[in-house]
Amino acid sequence: MNTLSKSDKMTFFIVAAISLLAPFILNPFPEGSAMAQFNAGYPDLMQRFAIFGILAIGFNILFGLTGYLSFGHAAFLGVGSYSAVWMFKLLSMNIIPGLILAVIIAGLFSLLIGFVSLRRSGIYFSILTLAFAQMSFSLAYSVLTPITNGETGLQLTLDDPRILDGANTTGNLPVTGLFGLEMRDTFSLDIGAWAFQFNIGYYVCAAFLLLSFYISIRIFRSPFGLMLRAIKTNQTRLNYTGLNSRPYTLAAFVISGMYAGLAGGLMASMDPLAGAERMQWTASGEIVLMTILGGTGTLLGPVLGAGFIKYFENIFSKINDTVLHTWFSFMPDGLENAIVWVLHFFVGKGWHLTLGLLFMMIVIFLPGGLMEGAERIIKRFRAKKGGDSDTTPDTATKPAE
Amino acid sequence: MDAILLQILNGLDKGSAYALIALGLTLIFGTLGVVNFAHGALFMLGSFCAVTLSKILVISKVTIDPEKVDFLGNPLKVKTPYVMEWFGESAGSTIIDWSVPLAILFAIPVMLLVGYIMERGLIKHFYKRPHADQILVTFGLAIVIQEIVKAAFGANPIPTPAPDVFRGSYDFGVLIGMEANAVIYPFWRLIYFGFSATIIAAVFAFLQFTTFGMVVRAGMADRETVGLLGINIDKRFTFMFGIAAAVAGLAGVMYTPINSPNYHMGMDFLVLSFVVVVVGGMGSLPGAVLAGFLLGILESFASMNEVKGFFEALYLPSIDQIIIYLVAIIVLLTRPRGLMGRAGVMED
Amino acid sequence: MGILEVQNVNKSFGGLKALQNVNLSIEEGTVHAIIGPNGAGKSTLLNCFVGKLIPDTGTVMFDGHSLLGRKPHEINQIGVSRVFQTPEIFSDLTVAENVLIPCFAKRDGAFTLNALSRVAGETDVREKAEQMLIDVSMQDKKDMVASSLSRGDKRRLEMAMCLSQDPKLLLLDEPTAGMARADTNNTIELLAQIQERRHITMAVIEHDMHVVFSLAQKISVLAQGTVIVEDLPENIKGHPKVQEAYLGVAT
Repeated sequence: MNTLSKSDKMTFFIVAAISLLAPFILNPFPEGSAMAQFNAGYPDLMQRFAIFGILAIGFNILFGLTGYLSFGHAAFLGVGSYSAVWMFKLLSMNIIPGLILAVIIAGLFSLLIGFVSLRRSGIYFSILTLAFAQMSFSLAYSVLTPITNGETGLQLTLDDPRILDGANTTGNLPVTGLFGLEMRDTFSLDIGAWAFQFNIGYYVCAAFLLLSFYISIRIFRSPFGLMLRAIKTNQTRLNYTGLNSRPYTLAAFVISGMYAGLAGGLMASMDPLAGAERMQWTASGEIVLMTILGGTGTLLGPVLGAGFIKYFENIFSKINDTVLHTWFSFMPDGLENAIVWVLHFFVGKGWHLTLGLLFMMIVIFLPGGLMEGAERIIKRFRAKKGGDSDTTPDTATKPAE
Repeated sequence: MDAILLQILNGLDKGSAYALIALGLTLIFGTLGVVNFAHGALFMLGSFCAVTLSKILVISKVTIDPEKVDFLGNPLKVKTPYVMEWFGESAGSTIIDWSVPLAILFAIPVMLLVGYIMERGLIKHFYKRPHADQILVTFGLAIVIQEIVKAAFGANPIPTPAPDVFRGSYDFGVLIGMEANAVIYPFWRLIYFGFSATIIAAVFAFLQFTTFGMVVRAGMADRETVGLLGINIDKRFTFMFGIAAAVAGLAGVMYTPINSPNYHMGMDFLVLSFVVVVVGGMGSLPGAVLAGFLLGILESFASMNEVKGFFEALYLPSIDQIIIYLVAIIVLLTRPRGLMGRAGVMED
Repeated sequence: MGILEVQNVNKSFGGLKALQNVNLSIEEGTVHAIIGPNGAGKSTLLNCFVGKLIPDTGTVMFDGHSLLGRKPHEINQIGVSRVFQTPEIFSDLTVAENVLIPCFAKRDGAFTLNALSRVAGETDVREKAEQMLIDVSMQDKKDMVASSLSRGDKRRLEMAMCLSQDPKLLLLDEPTAGMARADTNNTIELLAQIQERRHITMAVIEHDMHVVFSLAQKISVLAQGTVIVEDLPENIKGHPKVQEAYLGVAT
C-alpha cells in the first residue's frame, strides 16, 4: 500500500472501516422501536449503497476530472446487467464470469459510444450521450428483444444450459454465488434489542467498492489523472502542449463505462434479472445527481452522494399518509391535515419530485456538493474557534479532494 | 407512389412537433446561449393546458330534476355544464367540443407567463455559469414540472379529442387525381401541419421583418456587440424566451388529439428534438425546421410494414424506434456541423 | 536555410486576399519579429504556422516537416511551442502542476495511459519542473492555484510551460498586449534572459515597437498581406516603405 500518500491512505482506510462495519453503523436503532424505520442495515439496501457507490465513483472519473457531462451512463449499467444475466444463464451461477463479461461488454460498448460522442465537446457531447442512452433503451426495450427479452426483462429459467454447473434437479431456480458462497446468505447477530445482518452479497459488493475506490485514488494521483484535470480547465493549452485530448477523454469514458458495467453486473449478481428501465434517462440523471450531490471531482463525494440518495430514497418511499399523520398527530386537526396534504406530494411515490427539487437546489446553492458544504462548515467553525485572527483569504488553497 | 405520399403525410405531424420544439430550443440557445432541458416539459405543459381547459369547460352545475327519479327511486341529479347554462345548450356544447382549438387562446398567456417566470426566476442566474450547470438545473426543473403534472393529473394518458367536424379522414388522393381511397389522411393531422407551418412562418417573419427580430438575429450572431450598442438586449431575450415557450406550448396544445397527453411525453419529445437540433446544425433555425420534418418523415417510412419486415429479417424488429438515432450518428460522423450548422457555433 | 521556411504563401477569404505571396525565413537561434499595421495579415500568417488555417498555395516547412493542416499537438511534438495573447494556462491547477504537464508531454508523447503510476513518484519529471520554476523564479508560488496569479506571473508561468519542453521554435503572439509598462519590461527582460541562456529561436508577432526593437535581431514588416521589408532592426526604423505602411504617407 505504499502506492498511496498518507492522507489518501487515511481516506481509504476510513472508507474500508465504514464498509466493513456498515451492518453495525447503519443499524443504530433497536428493532421494533419507533426509530427503527430509519435503520438502513438491510442487506439489499447496503448492497445498493455499494453498487451505486461504484457507479458514482466511475462517473466521477469522467465528469469530475474531465468535465465531460455524460447523460448516458445508465446504458452501460444496463449492458452490464444483461451481460451478467446471460452468463448466469449460459455458463454458471458463479458471479465471477458474469462480472468479467459485464465489464468487458460495457467497456466495448462505451468505446463505441465514446468514439462517436467525443468527436464533440460541451453541450453537444451531453446531448449525444443522452441520445445514445435513449437509443440503447429503445434497443433493449423492443429492437433487440431476442437478446433482452424486451418489456419483461431477462430472467433465469429452469432449462437454461449453465454448462459449468451440474444438472439442476431441485426444481427451483438456482441462486448466484461465489465458489459455493450464496449471495443471499445472511448471518444475523442479535445483541439485546438490536439485530445486525451480515450478508455475503453485501460484503462482495463492498469488496468491489473498495477495489474501485482504490483504483480511483490511483487514477486521481496519476499523470493520466493530471491530464484529465488539465482537459477540464483548458483544452486549448493542453493541445498546444503537445497532448492529444481525444484519447485521454476516450480512455476516461471507457474506464467510467467499465465501472458502470461492473455496477450493473453486481446488480444482476444480487438479483439475477435485467430490465430495460435500468437504462432510461432518469437513471442516468440519478447517477449525475449522486455525483454532484456528493461533490464533483472529489474522491469521497460520489460515494457519499450515492449513499445519501439511496438512503433517502428508501426512507422517503416508505413514508405514506398514515405515517405522516402519526408524526403530526400532536397538532390541531386542521393544521395536521394541511401539513400532511402538502408533504404527501414529496414522499412515497412523490420521491421523484423531491429528487428533482434537490437536484435544482444543489446546482443553484451548492455546486460543490456535500463536500463543499462540509468544508464551508469546518471553515466557519475554525474561524469562530480562532477568533477574528483567521482572516487571511485562502484563495490559493487547493480544492478539496 | 401513393404509399410514399401517405408516409410523407404521416411523417408531417410528428415532424411538425419536432420542428416546433427544435425551433424553440434553437431560439433559446441562439439568443441566450442556454441549452434548455426543460423545453420538452414546456411542450407537455401546453398539452396539459388543453386538458385543463377541457376539464374546466365541463365543470357542471348539479341540479335535481324533481320529475325524474333513478332506478333506486332517488331524485335524479342532472349535471349541466356552466357554459351550456350561460351560452345556451347548442352554443355551450360547441364550445366544449372545440376545447382543443380554444385552448390556444388559453395557452398563449399561460405559456408566456411560464416562460417569463422561468427566465427571470431561474435561467437568468445561469447565463454566466458553465454549460454543465445550465443543463443540470434545467434537467432538474424538467423533473419537477413533470412530477407536479403527474401528481395533479395522474400517470395515465388523458384522451382529449379534436372537434367533431375534424374527427374524420379526408381522401387526399382524389384531390391530386389518384384513385379513391388511395391516400386517406385524418383531418386533424392536416390541420396540425398547417398550424405548425403557420407558426414557423410567423416566427421567421417576425425575426425577418421587425426591428425586434433584427436585434434578436444580431444578438444571435454576436451578443456582445449588440450589448455595446446600448440596446437592452436582456429584456428582449426574456421576451424571446417567452415566445419560445409559447411556441412549444402551442405545439403541445394542438398535438393532444393526435397523442393523448401524459406526464412523460415532454422528455420523449425533448430527446428526439435535441437530435433534430444536432442534425439540423446547432444554432441554425432553418436547419432545425428542415431536420424536424426530415426526421419525422424518415421515422414514418421506417414504420412501414415493408421496411420493418426487411429489418425484421435481419433480426431487428421495430427499427422505427431507433432510426432517428442511427441517421443522426451517420450525419454527425460525415457532417459534424449538421446539415446547416455554421462554423464556430459550439465548437471548442 | 532557416528553421522555419515560408514560401509563396497565399490565402484569401472570399474576395479578400489576406496573404499574398509571403516568403519568410527564420534563422535558427535568432529572434525574428513580424510587425505590421492592423489587418496586415499577421494573425492569418500565425494561424498558418499552427495548422489552424491551410494556405491556398505555398508551403510552411519547419525543420524538414510541413506544418500545413497539422493538429496543434502534432506541431508541438515536433518542437514548436506557442505563447498566446492572453496567457493560456491551466487556471484551476496549481503552478507546479501547470509545469508538470508539459514535462510529461515532452517525456511521454501525445498520449500515454499511465493511469496507475504516481505523479509523486515520477522524480525525473518533477525535478525538471521544479528546476523550470526556479529558472523563472516562481518556486515560492508553486502551490498557488494558477488563476490567483497576477497577469505578469501568468505570462511568466506560460513561458515556463513552453520552455520546459525545450522547443526548437517559440511562437509569441503579442506577448505584451494589454500589459502595463512595468509588466512589459519584465516580459522583455525574461525573454532576453531566455534568449541569452538557451538560444531558442523565437518568432514574435508584436505591435509594441519598444518590445520589437529591444528583442529582435531581424524584422519582417507585413503590410496588406505581403512582406514589404525584411531587414535588421537598425535599417527598419527609417525605412520609407515602413513609414508609408504605418502612416499611409506616400514619400
